[in-house]
Amino acid sequence: MSDKLENIKKLNISKPLLLDCKQTIKDFPLAYETYGKLNDSKDNAILVFHALTGDQFVSGINPITKKDGWWVTAVGPGKAIDTNKYFVICANVIGGCMGSWGPKEIDKDTNESYGLNFPVITIRDMVKAQETLLDYLGIKKLLCATGGSMGGMQLLQFCSTFPNRTFSAIPIACSTSHSAQNIALNELARQAIMADPVWNNGKYLKNNVQPKNGLAVARMVGHISYLSEKGMQEKFGRKLQEKADYEFSFNADFQVESYLRHQGFAFVERFDANSILYITRAMDYFDLGKQFKGGLVEAFKDQKTKFLVISFSSDWLYTTKENKDTVIALNASGADVSFAEIKTDKGHDSFLVNEPEFLKTLKGFIDSMHTKFKNEKRI
Amino acid sequence: MTQCTQNLKMKKEFKVIADLLPNNVRVLDVGCGDGSLMSLLTKEKNIEARGLELIEDNVKKCIYKGLSVIEGNAETELHQFPSQSFDFVILSQTLQAFYNPEKVLKDLLRIGKSVIISIPNFGYWRVRTSLLFFGKMPVTKTLPNKWYDTPNLHMCTIKDLFHFCLEKNIKIDRAIGINKNSTSEIKKSNLELKNLFSRLGIFLLS
Repeated sequence: MSDKLENIKKLNISKPLLLDCKQTIKDFPLAYETYGKLNDSKDNAILVFHALTGDQFVSGINPITKKDGWWVTAVGPGKAIDTNKYFVICANVIGGCMGSWGPKEIDKDTNESYGLNFPVITIRDMVKAQETLLDYLGIKKLLCATGGSMGGMQLLQFCSTFPNRTFSAIPIACSTSHSAQNIALNELARQAIMADPVWNNGKYLKNNVQPKNGLAVARMVGHISYLSEKGMQEKFGRKLQEKADYEFSFNADFQVESYLRHQGFAFVERFDANSILYITRAMDYFDLGKQFKGGLVEAFKDQKTKFLVISFSSDWLYTTKENKDTVIALNASGADVSFAEIKTDKGHDSFLVNEPEFLKTLKGFIDSMHTKFKNEKRI
Repeated sequence: MTQCTQNLKMKKEFKVIADLLPNNVRVLDVGCGDGSLMSLLTKEKNIEARGLELIEDNVKKCIYKGLSVIEGNAETELHQFPSQSFDFVILSQTLQAFYNPEKVLKDLLRIGKSVIISIPNFGYWRVRTSLLFFGKMPVTKTLPNKWYDTPNLHMCTIKDLFHFCLEKNIKIDRAIGINKNSTSEIKKSNLELKNLFSRLGIFLLS
């Protein structure tokens, strides 16, 4: 896997970056991918922030996994975010494992993978690194920035830290701080990894192995939280997996078990266990209001960005109420904000699957913002 | 009612509302529907308009038009807007549909420096004759629903709202009656007459 990673786009960031943990880093790689073409007037750039287990390969075929990009439902030629028209940028977060600076990268001081010597990073650190990419690409102001789940959290941080760097923003299924339930679920994922003996205090890469069992369980936890109770019942019910009756064993009798096992073990092929520890920690630490004396109102002050917050009715990980709280905070700061709740049974995963009402809303907003942005640039 | 007559009717009401508004102000349109009024105000008066709308399809129509709209229920979600954060708050023909119109109205007056409210007038002569001569709940152009499917819970007349404002110390800056194509100023002195002959009442309150 690491050989293949040599051929992907990487920006080496030489400018020192002071992390929230007070450590300063420099000369680190940020892997990214772009789709479509930046036009001459530079009014068609859209930045996408990826979620916990995403990467920079938003659309087309992921060159590493050979599978579809994680947001092919929304991004591509003729799609809601039409790459024939728009220039789409996505970077792998720092702490990730798709070529950006993360715990599996080699620490030049020890000539070994960082493992737990990697500093604990935050959502703000991730966003600061990505802003450098915009400078490098010569984009002063984006047409739009968007992201779901942790991507949405990065987006809210981005809008707060770099006000008016984007004309419009679409935070999807996210919140301004991680809830107790979400921290608890992340802790479950981390404990599963750390309980795997192969994990070896984070030093498993020395032996060229992954704590696959722990990592797979971590992924299964995630997958349960991405679906809704109703969606799961409709998809699986009590259906058995290619058998007529119970086996009276602990094999995967039920389809839902088989599904989780498949998702879990497919995931270990493409993801690094320590990256899950670091990225989930960054999510848990995220509390945008805490960064300002005046709380969220101050976090969003003087915003000229036009926001569209989107939630999904059956999402219990980042509920409509949490998304509405973001809307309330934006309103209280006088920001220009729209809000839509998509009615669906597909749970938190709704933004990743083919959910027509969501995709139509996404397209309608971005296209209308493009018209407005062009007009603004002309004046 | 055909789409065409509905549009004409809407245009008249919206035109009166637009005329009440100065240029370049901040407006919140509560129950903004598909955003027709917001579009009009943005284009013709360079008004910064925001909407609150309950119906999902209407919310999407607004978003496609590039209008700012929040999906939500005015009955329960007005608290999210800070006090005095808008120059004007508009409530077009929805006051009568709330469980607690008094509470909503108070919230509107908190959010906006001024409030524009329009109501279908239950004191209109056609409404009165319908009940008087036919003994049936009135169905008219402005009240198109039957008794069993109407969203209207608290129907009132122009006179009712007028007296309500006086009672509650709400200042009536303007009151306008709309009949077919004409509009006229409503005052204490002509209240009985206007209450009988106006299809729609529009109040500017503060």
